[in-house]
Amino acid sequence: MLYAILCYHDEDVVGSWNKEHDAEIMNKLAVVQDKLRQQGRLGPVARLLPTTAATTLRKSDPPLVIDGPYAETKEQLLGFYIIDCKDLDEALNVARDLGDANPGGAYEIRPVNVLFPGSIKA
Amino acid sequence: MTDTAWINAALTSARPQAVGALLRYFRNLDTAEEAYQNACLRALKSWPINGPPRDAAAWLIMVGRNVAIDGLRRDRRQQPLPEDDVISDLEDTETEIAERLDGSHYRDDILRLLFICCHPELPATQQIALALRIVSGLSVKQIARAFLVSEAAMEQRITRAKARVAEANVAFETPGAVERAERLSVVAAMIYLIFNEGYSAGGDTANARAPLCEEAIRLGRLLLRLFQSEPEIMGLNALMLLQHARAAARFDAQGSLVLLDDQDRSKWNAEMIAEGLALIDKAMRHRRSGPYQIQAAIAALHARARRPEETDWVQIDLLYGALELMQPSPVVTLNRSVAVSKVKGARAALEMIEPLAPKLANYFHFFGVRGAFLMQLGRNEEARVAFDRAIALANSPAEADHIRMHLDRLMRDSRAKISGK
Repeated sequence: MLYAILCYHDEDVVGSWNKEHDAEIMNKLAVVQDKLRQQGRLGPVARLLPTTAATTLRKSDPPLVIDGPYAETKEQLLGFYIIDCKDLDEALNVARDLGDANPGGAYEIRPVNVLFPGSIKA
Repeated sequence: MTDTAWINAALTSARPQAVGALLRYFRNLDTAEEAYQNACLRALKSWPINGPPRDAAAWLIMVGRNVAIDGLRRDRRQQPLPEDDVISDLEDTETEIAERLDGSHYRDDILRLLFICCHPELPATQQIALALRIVSGLSVKQIARAFLVSEAAMEQRITRAKARVAEANVAFETPGAVERAERLSVVAAMIYLIFNEGYSAGGDTANARAPLCEEAIRLGRLLLRLFQSEPEIMGLNALMLLQHARAAARFDAQGSLVLLDDQDRSKWNAEMIAEGLALIDKAMRHRRSGPYQIQAAIAALHARARRPEETDWVQIDLLYGALELMQPSPVVTLNRSVAVSKVKGARAALEMIEPLAPKLANYFHFFGVRGAFLMQLGRNEEARVAFDRAIALANSPAEADHIRMHLDRLMRDSRAKISGK
């Protein structure tokens, strides 16, 4: 079975870490990740940019673009994509196409800061 | 992270919201600050035992308010005839829940807290010091260090600023749309002032003043989270991030300023650049341009160039042109002239800045830039005069050193010419 682990934390607190502390945490995480990677059990790992960089597409008719992260509580997180786009407009167009195929709910579009590809064989 | 480190981070992050709400209750800055301090003391005792509360800010507001009300009540008891109990309506048990639900207050609370630091009669340095003390919660010692003054002098400066603010009647009612927009733009300017206070430091003091840049970015992010759809606030954040991303490359080992063209671009902070570019992307979608967005777009063109030769100077020239229309100023024209020198050559750039001479007669950068253009045109004697003037006007040893480097190059060139003859 594949599992997704979704990371939640107070971004103010994480953002207030100094460079050394941030690096220390990342190194500790890398130890855990490396073990999984060598066993071929690690999928892609991403660190996202802060929520201030997020944009949300409400899949209403017509779709509505809202600045900021997804903030409602009435829907639940059901999946995610990682796509390569030249800018936000291109990413929003992809989200609109996906929304045409599957209306209702919302997509939060958040730039990825770092992406490690992982080692799971498809 | 240890317990105390975690709690300190949580207290710092909850501070603007908590002090802002307490200020709304008590309408007095000193009472609000004291109430917040007392709440923090209790948090330091209670959180390690009971674990952190779900909503740190709401906890601090409630505890701070209760402690302050108890204090007020004690004071009352010592006075004869306590007449009207003005605080009784704050006592109902529902307030805690109400406080947590009513997130819409927070926006205006924090904005008001930032806004009272921007009193127009306060000189810029006092506005900054006050904001760092009240909103960010930096200690007087930390602020004094960043401003390179003694703690006693900074203490006095902040006390004076607070007294001014107390006299000014800031409205505590929820602001209307127009007033909110005005407050927002004044506050944005103040945050950029904090940033520049750190960014304009010389190499000798850059490390001591870097926290000012980081604090400005933190406040900028806070403001953007409160006003998510304001393109100029996105622009301000992008501008600060893109400029601060170059911090590690801006000074050499001796503390001298390294020009953009000569910086080791591998030292630029890729994460900050990515965030800055993402914010510009978001801002552009609104098609409501503004000075912060344009300046951020200029910084983005520098950030996108992996080598100096790849810089899109034509676009930078156009952006400065737009900025000149929006915010006409001799300094903007001076900055534009650097782009013009790259696109059309030093002669055109020099012609462009000649009319600025009367207005910028005491401006260090004017003579530095003028000297550089003259040097490019081979007018070495005139260049030397301009550089000498620049050194006389330098604001820091680093600036003066930088110009001396140009002068040394001039001398070498002249000598080479003589020996070549």
